[in-house]
Amino acid sequence: MKDDYCRKTSHSKSGPGDAGKTGSWRILRPVIDPAVCIPAKRGTPSCYMCWLYCPDGVISRGIPPEIDYEYCKGCGICAEECPTKAIRMVEESSFIKEDT
Amino acid sequence: MQIIESGNVAAALGVKLSRAQVIAAYPITPQTPLTEKLSEIIEAGDMTAEYIPVESEHSALAICIAASSAGARSFTATSANGLLYMHEQLHWASGARLPIVMCVVNRGVGAPWTVWNDHQDSMSQRDTGWIQIYANDHQQIIDSVIKAFALAEEVMIPVMVCYDGYLLSHTYMPFDIPEATLTDSFLPPYRPAYCLDPDEPANLNTVTLSDVRTDINGVKAHGYMEIRHLLQQDMLASMDAIERVDSRFKNIFGRGGSPFIESYRSDDARFIAVGIGSLSYHLRDVVDDLRDEGISVGVMSMQLYRPFPYQAVAKALKDCQGVIVFEKALSYGYQGPVCSDIKSALYHYVGPEGSRPFVLNYILGLGGREILTKDLYEGLKLSCTTKPSSPDKPRWIGLKL
Repeated sequence: MKDDYCRKTSHSKSGPGDAGKTGSWRILRPVIDPAVCIPAKRGTPSCYMCWLYCPDGVISRGIPPEIDYEYCKGCGICAEECPTKAIRMVEESSFIKEDT
Repeated sequence: MQIIESGNVAAALGVKLSRAQVIAAYPITPQTPLTEKLSEIIEAGDMTAEYIPVESEHSALAICIAASSAGARSFTATSANGLLYMHEQLHWASGARLPIVMCVVNRGVGAPWTVWNDHQDSMSQRDTGWIQIYANDHQQIIDSVIKAFALAEEVMIPVMVCYDGYLLSHTYMPFDIPEATLTDSFLPPYRPAYCLDPDEPANLNTVTLSDVRTDINGVKAHGYMEIRHLLQQDMLASMDAIERVDSRFKNIFGRGGSPFIESYRSDDARFIAVGIGSLSYHLRDVVDDLRDEGISVGVMSMQLYRPFPYQAVAKALKDCQGVIVFEKALSYGYQGPVCSDIKSALYHYVGPEGSRPFVLNYILGLGGREILTKDLYEGLKLSCTTKPSSPDKPRWIGLKL
């Protein structure tokens, strides 16, 4: 009964990838420079403004922070908020390996 | 118990007997006395429900959507521009498959402003995925409200119970109030198959992509098109549920038996007049006069407009010579919506000589323009006695250009 009903609507549990692999929407890829990123440079958990602001929760609080590119939509909020400008938005096309 | 009261009070008493748990509404003429009555009943402690006053109709239905998602039996009511202000939320309620019941006290739509009756408001919302039931008198109003909750909760599709502003909402008529013990057995408390549960968080009505997706459990989840297809399927299948609910009600209360259409002197009729709401009873008087003159004519009222009971309509009309549809609504640039739908239902039924009944359309009573019995009489008589010309163009009754 319950499952039948839930399948008649768009119904989902919170968890990674419930809206599909949204990383494919990305045009610009955020890339963290560990030489400038505060936690990476200091080797201690600190700053994490990127983690705090990421609307999709795809940035970890690690050393250095890691971005889950399967789901990062490339909105660029992390790059905008990073106090040391450690995150660059790089054209996604530049990561495509050309077939030779 | 028999009482004499207004149509709005009949609706309010139906909501009370249905034990609605959340009522959110914004007052609008001619619906206002209905919501006033409900707030009085709740304030007096005669009904256990949350009455939530809101700043708009959009919010009224949004609250019903939230309350219904949380598993509460929810009710709202509106008219005319208030219904149109809900338009976006109407689609939401049906797409979210919430068994909300709403009374639409039919009124013409501005501009220009009118507070008087026609059917343009609810007719223009026919494609929102709500079931639409039309009541012809006060008894049908109270009975339909109670049946609407049972139906909505069985098929998980919201239901509009529509009735004429002023002509029914503000006139007084005798009607029977069903016994509460009987309505309780007919309509037990709402037990949703699923509702919001803080212990089991979920996203409801989330964005769908253009294709199906795999959910976090690795199970294929429906996309937008699958969900909409299921609504259409369930909407069509709800006609069986409507019959079941109606016959269950009839077994207990002894009223009902014609949930799709109500026919009057139609069995042998060569011509059938079609009307909705109080107009269909007005047409009965005209048909009686025409029958006295030997004209073979009957009346069919549409009790259910969405889902469209196309089989019942075709069965009732296919063998007659002419169908004359009297409408208080118009799809501007074409004709009355009921007329188009009736023609569509008759399309597949071709008589032995390749003939179908002609279908004529009269537009009347817009914005409360008085419908004179003599005008109905003349229009119907003319349609039954002369060969129709340009049948696709609706004729107007009572127009004073």
